[in-house]
Amino acid sequence: MEDINYNGNKPILQLKSVSVAYSPDRKAVNEVSADIYPNTITAIMGPSGCGKSTLLRAINRMHDLYPSVKTTGEILLKGKNVLQMNPIEVRRMAGMVFQQPNPFPTMSIYDNVLAGYSLNGIRLNKQEKDRIVEQSLVSVALWDEVKDVMTKRGSFLSGGQQQRLCIARTLALKPELLLMDEPTSALDPISTNKIEELLLNLKSKYTILIVTHNMSQAARISDNSMFMYLGDLIEYGNTRHMFTKPRNKKTEEYLTGVFG
Amino acid sequence: MMEKKQTSIRYRNSKNKLVFILVCSLSFLSMLPLFLILWEVISRGYKNFNLQLFTEVTPSSMDAMLSRINGESIPGGILNGITGTLLIVGVAILLTIPLGLLIGIYLSENPQKKFARLASYLTDLLQGMPSIVIGIIAYAWVVKPLGGYSALAGSVALTIMMLPMVVRSTEETLKMLPRSYKEAGLALGSSYRNVVFKILLPSGFGGIFTGILLAVSRVMGETAPLMLTALGATVVNWNLMEPTSAIPLLIWDFYNDPNLVDLIWSTSLLLLIVIFLLNWLAKIVARKWKI
Repeated sequence: MEDINYNGNKPILQLKSVSVAYSPDRKAVNEVSADIYPNTITAIMGPSGCGKSTLLRAINRMHDLYPSVKTTGEILLKGKNVLQMNPIEVRRMAGMVFQQPNPFPTMSIYDNVLAGYSLNGIRLNKQEKDRIVEQSLVSVALWDEVKDVMTKRGSFLSGGQQQRLCIARTLALKPELLLMDEPTSALDPISTNKIEELLLNLKSKYTILIVTHNMSQAARISDNSMFMYLGDLIEYGNTRHMFTKPRNKKTEEYLTGVFG
Repeated sequence: MMEKKQTSIRYRNSKNKLVFILVCSLSFLSMLPLFLILWEVISRGYKNFNLQLFTEVTPSSMDAMLSRINGESIPGGILNGITGTLLIVGVAILLTIPLGLLIGIYLSENPQKKFARLASYLTDLLQGMPSIVIGIIAYAWVVKPLGGYSALAGSVALTIMMLPMVVRSTEETLKMLPRSYKEAGLALGSSYRNVVFKILLPSGFGGIFTGILLAVSRVMGETAPLMLTALGATVVNWNLMEPTSAIPLLIWDFYNDPNLVDLIWSTSLLLLIVIFLLNWLAKIVARKWKI
């Protein structure tokens, strides 16, 4: 793991022997340790059921929804252990974008961007709201497309636009870390391309951790890649190195399409 | 060989046609009672279906008899019943909505819990409870302790009837919402309570509101529980603690009074119209608020 891209920074997120179990005898993630560095895109790859989404959702405590799921180990976000923090605080620091675009159906585009504030009971005046909405939508390159239809419902937009709206909704809260769970797998190639460009632009301000089953996507946008298999982190390193010269046999087999 | 094929196709086609005709006529047959009822009620009720029906209270039996003898139409209307139904059903709605929504939310959010499953089962049982039994319960719980018949007792009886319907529709509507709404809300750092009240409930508004409308239209025509609780009154009453009339109670009164019997049909017509309107509104809401 000595070849990881980190621009000389200290890690923003440290996973230390993280395990997630759906039931005592069924571990979905097994003792994963890794350091994630600021202003990088880290892709988590692996075949279906390898635990990549499960690992991602452990970071912002989404497993709290299901009491039977147990997360152990340490997840340090800016040095603080996520597993001991208030989940609300964690989720403000680590925003999440899901596989299916999911703007809130009863809210307008404008209100969707501000949903993080209204749901947290944070009151803003009109100017602050306008500023946050514009900034967030500009940063996902959606502003020009929607600035005249702000009052329309979020579901009025196309799938790709909806997903960018969901990213804007997450960015509006100024998180440290963006967790993305296969954000383009429900989208067409053109929308996918737009989101990928967007992620490359967002890298300068945010740290992005993206789960993808699409190897070429990982190769296109990520600085570092993790390869997971059956709950284990098999390999973690510089994406370019991993794709050209994987250290592990399993990684090589996956990347060359022997299984997937 | 060729010929045989031809006949068999012809045979199949005619069989097809026959079954089609059969299905059509049977569906028409199932609609027939509705049309016959409508025809009966409209043809007999339209004569007394006038402004007076809405603006005046029920006439006394004596007044009605005199005008009958003189060959005039019956004076008076059913204002006391209309206002009574508004009062009793209105209060029942106010009691049902918070209770029904909260129970429905609890059931949809905790489908695995033993207690929730028991509650869900009991809700089904309550839905099948005969309305007269609910009337007797409301009599024992409200009329007796308060020392008299009242609109409030009627509202309590109707609340018990509406509750399972509202609980069920709320639960089913919320269960149908994609799980991702809830996860998206929580991922934005929202509290669980805000996710439920600011995302899930508004998203399920169409289904929940439709359920409430259908429950209202269902209890609006209930007579038996009101006989034991609200009793009836010949004047317009807005006091929750006083006996109060209601539209279905008046129909029963008219049935028992040969002098007022002409009012049965116009009153029934009004009740039918209101219930149809509610059902129609429920359909529109369900379609418009679909997500």
